[in-house]
Amino acid sequence: MRQRLENKLLEIHETLVKMSILVEENVDWSIRALTMQQTKMADEVIENDDLIDSYEEKIEDMCIEFIATQNPLGSDLRRIFTVLKLITDLERIGDHAVNIARITKTIGDETLLEPIDDIKEMAKITRKMIYNSINSYIDQNLDLAMETAAMDDTVDDLYEGVYDELLDIMESKSEFKGQVIGLLLVGRYLERIADHATNICERVGYMITGKRMSY
Amino acid sequence: MTIETKDKGIVYDVKGLNLWYGQDQALRDINMQIYKNQVTAVIGPSGCGKSTFVKTLNRMVENIPIVRIGGEILYHGENIFDKSVMVEELRTKVGMVFQKPNPFPKTIYENVLYGPKIHGIRDKKVHMEILETSLKAAALWDEVKDRLGDNAYGLSGGQQQRLCIARALAVQPEVILMDEPTSALDPIATQKIEDLINQLKENYSIIIVTHSMQQAGRISDKTAFFLMGELIEYDDTSKIFSNPAKKQTEDYITGRFG
Repeated sequence: MRQRLENKLLEIHETLVKMSILVEENVDWSIRALTMQQTKMADEVIENDDLIDSYEEKIEDMCIEFIATQNPLGSDLRRIFTVLKLITDLERIGDHAVNIARITKTIGDETLLEPIDDIKEMAKITRKMIYNSINSYIDQNLDLAMETAAMDDTVDDLYEGVYDELLDIMESKSEFKGQVIGLLLVGRYLERIADHATNICERVGYMITGKRMSY
Repeated sequence: MTIETKDKGIVYDVKGLNLWYGQDQALRDINMQIYKNQVTAVIGPSGCGKSTFVKTLNRMVENIPIVRIGGEILYHGENIFDKSVMVEELRTKVGMVFQKPNPFPKTIYENVLYGPKIHGIRDKKVHMEILETSLKAAALWDEVKDRLGDNAYGLSGGQQQRLCIARALAVQPEVILMDEPTSALDPIATQKIEDLINQLKENYSIIIVTHSMQQAGRISDKTAFFLMGELIEYDDTSKIFSNPAKKQTEDYITGRFG
């Protein structure tokens, strides 16, 4: 009786998983490009974003068609709205990967400043957050969603540290002003990515329980 | 002008209602309160007891000889099964509209005034007032005002159903029971009835049995889900259709059974 509806839901689900893999990979690449100072790789990150954007549109269309033809209610309704919200967060995460790639290109082969280590650490946690948040959606795992959302605090703390360090460097080594601003922005973008991953976890919490979650 | 806080009032307070058709129990320990100036939708699969429940609210169900009833239904605090309650009076206060439009084979005029005439209203001027108010309230006036003497059977299905609503309104009820009032109508006629229900709730309390969950979602404030004679869940309509508390409700609204 629900066969058609289930098939369509599965199709949307699979497309969303594909989109999330692309996003996660692009964030990964943007950080590698930055730390390994690979501007070519950064270019690829920028190019890949078009594909991510097209996935967002595609999934949005699929959701609208699903609502129009299947009249979802209850958990089906919550699921489809969660997907619609998730793709916005995923798309934004993708945009931040592009922003990081652009900064990588401006830094070029200038020696990287020391706070890059903390930025690497931020990136490591942020990537894990994206990965976990998507998995919490796939497995409908509320515990994982909550644990992952809690990781946001660590990212925020690291960002504060990076921020202060970079401000100090700005005063002591003014010749690195450009890179300092660049890395400050990278820190900010990573912090935003972690926020979007937290949003995803909150949405998953809503999908599972029907109650709004906020961390 | 003082505005009455009508919406807080309870019209029906159903307490431990049980109903049997012979040996078969059709309603099991139903407890629920129905509120004034709200639209209450009753949903559930065929045979779940929803129509029986609604027909119990104006004691229409007693027309079936083998029916036995236990428990209480308080209408404005008074048990409708009490010996002192006159069933005719109850049905004046609680009108009913059925699945299939059932106008009398008479003129539009006579259909609407049938009830008031039985109640002894003879004044022609009053008749015309009731006719116009009822047909206007049922959103039918503009379509029939020039042919009030025509036979009601000449109206379309949707118009006939609105005529039946006008007929119910003509005796000035407080509650209108509707048993799948749009299931025999096309989408446009359905839309008109739904708009009408939305207007009517300003002045009346409406209890509607519907097979369409979309309809329940569109028009009702509260929804009651019945299954096998039991009231499984009763809550705000928005809650029932987005995040029901009971698994049976979730399974029903998502089409897993029923």
